[in-house]
Amino acid sequence: MLERQAWRALDAVLDPELDEPITELDFVRSLEVDGGRVTVHLRLPTAFCSPNFAYLMASDAKDVLSALPWTEEVVVRLDDHHDSDLINRGLAADAGYRGTFGDEAEESLDELRLIFRRKAHTAAMERSLTALIRQDPELRPHETTLGDLPAGPATDALLRRREALGLNTDPAAKVLVDEHGNPYPAEETPVRLRFARSVRISIEGNAHFCRGLLKTRYPEAKANA
Amino acid sequence: MYSKDGENYFIVDAHIALWDARPENQLNIHGKQFIDCFYDYHRNLSPEPELWPYEDYLYYGGERLMKDLFEDGYVDHAIFQPARLGAFYKNGFGQTEEAFALASQHPDKLTYNHCFDPRFEQAGLEQLRRDADRFGLKGVKLYTAEWQGDSRGYKLDDPWSYRYLEACQELGIRNIHVHKGPTIRPLDRDAFDVADVDKVATDFTDLNFVVEHCGLPRLEDFCWIATQEPNVHAGLAVAMPFIHTRPRYFAQIIGELLYWLGEDRIQFSSDYALWTPRWLVERFVDFQIPADMTEYAPITVAQKKKVLGLNAAAMYGIEVPAGLGAETPVAV
Repeated sequence: MLERQAWRALDAVLDPELDEPITELDFVRSLEVDGGRVTVHLRLPTAFCSPNFAYLMASDAKDVLSALPWTEEVVVRLDDHHDSDLINRGLAADAGYRGTFGDEAEESLDELRLIFRRKAHTAAMERSLTALIRQDPELRPHETTLGDLPAGPATDALLRRREALGLNTDPAAKVLVDEHGNPYPAEETPVRLRFARSVRISIEGNAHFCRGLLKTRYPEAKANA
Repeated sequence: MYSKDGENYFIVDAHIALWDARPENQLNIHGKQFIDCFYDYHRNLSPEPELWPYEDYLYYGGERLMKDLFEDGYVDHAIFQPARLGAFYKNGFGQTEEAFALASQHPDKLTYNHCFDPRFEQAGLEQLRRDADRFGLKGVKLYTAEWQGDSRGYKLDDPWSYRYLEACQELGIRNIHVHKGPTIRPLDRDAFDVADVDKVATDFTDLNFVVEHCGLPRLEDFCWIATQEPNVHAGLAVAMPFIHTRPRYFAQIIGELLYWLGEDRIQFSSDYALWTPRWLVERFVDFQIPADMTEYAPITVAQKKKVLGLNAAAMYGIEVPAGLGAETPVAV
């Protein structure tokens, strides 16, 4: 029961670059609950995955588990990474990003996180519009509003990403917008959609490459991961 | 040369290595982690009959390289793009002396590019001049995430990088191959960001910047920059083997590159010995954009010829035998 709660909490931790939960990606190697103590081991597709993203996921995991009302001690360990020692020391001491990486850290990872939230939004926007264009080749994408989108997981995903960026989720709001929620001029529509497509392809490509590498590195990982 | 269906393809493999990752050359755990990461790439993306035993993968030597590329692999000319990785390997990862000796023995088949690291500052600059002279350099391979002391990477727009690139202009080193890796200071930023390539491409218009792995994992940022900078090129190292495991994804990558960059600025490479060229060449010649991907035009034989060899041959001044050239000249 507590274990299930802990797993569910970890569902909220996303790989910022792949925009998917670490539980889906099978990055959680093990989770043990012993009274109020939770111990989680994380693993990544390669020893050289970016240390900043590795740290973000590990510290987010610690945060969501610590926020559960019944946890007293949360231990998150990152296994088999080139920066495992550094990151695990930082996590154990609650040293924060700057305390963990010292001289390699300047301010915070907020801006980095924002960049990838924006990419995730761009990709979700493209998925929704492309699906609609497939059905109706005459569609004028720059006039399409959120209310024009069919109910379903793609639209839900787009709305969640808009929320994460603080963008308008009103049904009358335009779908094709920039990172601040401003619609693009009609004449820019083709190039903006094209670029959004390459963002989506890049994210999807990275995701299936990472899943494949994780499976190669850890053959016991879930078959579908 | 590779021939299929009455068409002949001149093959230039623009990114190969002769590495030594055996335990006796490993300096620390990171040397093992690095080659294990490569081996996982190899195991994950290769067709089963092409898999190498781990022991062979650690070190394969010049004789095997010649066989895999030129006897079995259809390659007409290949270019060494060495990574030094001095923080992980005692004698470096790429084997300079062995590779250069091989290139000197087979100048018609092999070009040796060397690497530099701007963090060696003045001493490294002087070394670059000696290297340019000794190796007859036309190109260099830069790994911006190379560790050195407390530093875990540099950027192309750092002041010392500029001085090295100025030296390249002066020394006739025109082709700058750039590989991005995961650890550049500060960690607040995206280490795979290609914005520094954009900057130097604008400031050094007489140099070619070949971004290896076509900017992956930041394909979109790379394409955006390459559209605006005519001297930015895509190297297909690592992207190629997706043709086997993820052909639809490969179609999207090549479709995007052809759309944003055009057919003259894409270079084939096997990234040997990450993968061997034989199966990559065969499959690329057989490859077509799936019919349901109507967003991309079909890829033509003429485009394949450029990608497989004519583009890199034009960049490096490699002579293409009569009858194997492009119908429309490559624009460099």
